Amino acid sequence: MAHVKEDKNTYLAHFDRFEQGGAASDWFLPARKTAMARFTELGFPTTKDEDWRYTNVAPIAKIAFERADRSAIDGVTAAQIARLAMADAVGGLLVFINGHFARDLSIIDSLSAGLHAGSLAAAVESGDAVVKEHLGKHTDSVTQAFAALNTAIVEDGAVIRVESGKKIERPIHVLYLSTSTASPFVSHPRNLIVVGECSEVTVIENYVGLDGAKYFANAVTEIVVGDGAIVDHYNVQREADEAFHIGTRHVRLGRDSCATSHTLSMGGKLVRNNVGALLAGEGAECTLNGLYTIDGEQHVDNHLRVDHAVPHCDSREFYKGILEGRSHGVFCGRIMVREDAQKTDAKQTNMSLLLSEEAQVDSKPQLEIFADDVKCTHGATIGQVDEDALFYLQSRGISAEAARSLLIYAFAKESVSKIKVDALREQLDALLLARLPQGASFRESA
Amino acid sequence: MLEIRNLHANVEGHEILKGIDLTVNAGEVHSIMGPNGSGKSTLAQVLAGHEAYEVTQGQIIYKGQDLTELTPDKRACEGIFLAFQYPVEIPGVTTNYFLRAAINSIRKHRGEEELDAMDFLDVVKKKAEYVEIDSKLLNRAINEGFSGGEKKRNEIFQMAMLEPTLAILDETDSGLDIDALKIVADGVNKLRGPDRAMVVVTHYQRLLNYIVPDFVHVLMDGRIVKSGGKELALELEQNGYKGVDDAKAGTEAVTS
Ligand SMILES: Nc1ncnc2c1ncn2[C@@H]1O[C@H](COP(=O)(O)OP(=O)(O)OP(=O)(O)O)[C@@H](O)[C@H]1O
Ligand SMILES: [Mg+2]
Repeated sequence: MAHVKEDKNTYLAHFDRFEQGGAASDWFLPARKTAMARFTELGFPTTKDEDWRYTNVAPIAKIAFERADRSAIDGVTAAQIARLAMADAVGGLLVFINGHFARDLSIIDSLSAGLHAGSLAAAVESGDAVVKEHLGKHTDSVTQAFAALNTAIVEDGAVIRVESGKKIERPIHVLYLSTSTASPFVSHPRNLIVVGECSEVTVIENYVGLDGAKYFANAVTEIVVGDGAIVDHYNVQREADEAFHIGTRHVRLGRDSCATSHTLSMGGKLVRNNVGALLAGEGAECTLNGLYTIDGEQHVDNHLRVDHAVPHCDSREFYKGILEGRSHGVFCGRIMVREDAQKTDAKQTNMSLLLSEEAQVDSKPQLEIFADDVKCTHGATIGQVDEDALFYLQSRGISAEAARSLLIYAFAKESVSKIKVDALREQLDALLLARLPQGASFRESA
Repeated sequence: MLEIRNLHANVEGHEILKGIDLTVNAGEVHSIMGPNGSGKSTLAQVLAGHEAYEVTQGQIIYKGQDLTELTPDKRACEGIFLAFQYPVEIPGVTTNYFLRAAINSIRKHRGEEELDAMDFLDVVKKKAEYVEIDSKLLNRAINEGFSGGEKKRNEIFQMAMLEPTLAILDETDSGLDIDALKIVADGVNKLRGPDRAMVVVTHYQRLLNYIVPDFVHVLMDGRIVKSGGKELALELEQNGYKGVDDAKAGTEAVTS
């Protein structure tokens, strides 16, 4: 397939700039080279690949995206950032424009004690010991083409580190803003979150695309949760209508730790989330919460993989989708319970609300259980707005349109209410209501 | 207030109502009785405007206008209320929350000002006391996990909140213990007035001891086969519907 080779050439060209070496960041070069070689071998996945059966990434492969340059930072105003920053609610803000760190727009000067947050590029450059220990160690760049591509040509992202025994009160907000550019661009945001023993932190990754922006965001986040630590992590996608987003996240949970990772997909043309959790220490608890709302020709694919490697761990997956127009949603939740992982308690729920005839959902649970004393349940529902409920509400004086909106909102609210950061929950709530006819009329008492 | 003339209605192509005539004037309470499957709930649902029921013939005139032209919410705005035989469970929406939306929608229709959260809660408090419903229930998702009796009480609570002109109660007494029955009846009686009317569907005479009807109608196989005063309910309780059926068969034999 000649044209696939062409596609890869775009990225091989992007890789060139790293190849010369001679920089302080050379320690990472071997990893880049290996990953680039893997990406070249693997190529873009096709729908013949079981894990990509329902998601065709050919539209991404076809476009010769340009490397985003830093100049876009100058076009973004502080006021634009202020509207998105939730500054009052957060304890630190890292801003990236088209993948490049915008130091002047970020707020990282007065972080609470024990918290370190900054640019990955700088940390790689300075040979930061924690980055050296963890970067690329928790993501599969061997079989996953997009993760490999990210590893090979990553330029920047956020590093967040919490020392042991620190409770960080306010969330850290990592804002990735994509702007409208002359030609479509690609960025490979890479985040590393390392949380020390018995610490507590909340991190919000927020991907926002401005109107008219055309880009491909190939993001990877690695989260290392120390023993006894508590992490609340949010991945919010408010990507632009013409945006492609492939997001790979991997959480490693230590003994007695607790991590929640939320994936809130509210935009983009084609979105794929690969969310992996490795329950590596006994007594760990992991929750993967997700909500997406799509319309038109949008496509969102959530691929989860929860790996119970040790006994006595709990995992919860709770994903909901609201689909309108000719949109397509995919859910694939794989739960692996390894031979040793006795007393595993795993639960998976996937619920989809179809609001149009043409919208489509593919939902697939995959349980691979090798231990015998475990509790694993999964359930999937695909439904329309309940006609009886609609009539009931209408019979009380609520218009058909408002009743429908109310029921859709109620469906989403179950997921939204799991968001513990007030400012973020309110933002999403407002976003949902704004999309619903007459949504504003029942905002207040929500 | 309500005039039903030769009403025929289908559900999924089956004719369920086969020519109903019924006139309800302001101030009156009508009771409709009849065997299972005779079409009582169908009539109630048709009055409330459920889309699944297709009116194929006849007319429903309410306050001088053709009811069939109004959507269910507009009917509610015009003062029609249906207490469901099987109240619907709606996850994610609390009773208080949706009732405020409902009341304000109705008030808007009437050109009245919307109730703010404080005023609304005042009314809720008053009405909740009056039908003795636990206010905790009102902050739970509508009817979700409610017991049968709690669901019925919630219907009456909603009725008290919305103060309809024409209330249709579809077996609101089923599944209630005697104390709950009295409370429900009390709620209904408090709403009775010269400007209001009620249609009470029931299988049991015991409810009619508390809500004394002006008229009792027997609905069988989609038609009202007999009408009378409150004593008809007692008669039915003693003899069942068998005699009524025979009477109907007799009439048919004569007319055909
Ligand atoms: N959606 C439907 N599809 C098919 N048949 C229906 C539907 N709804 C009602 N019916 C039928 O219409 C008939 C009348 O039903 P309806 O619920 O009005 O009876 P009812 O008099 O209220 O009975 P009950 O005393 O048991 O409540 C029944 O035979 C019922 O099976
Ligand atoms: Mg009935």
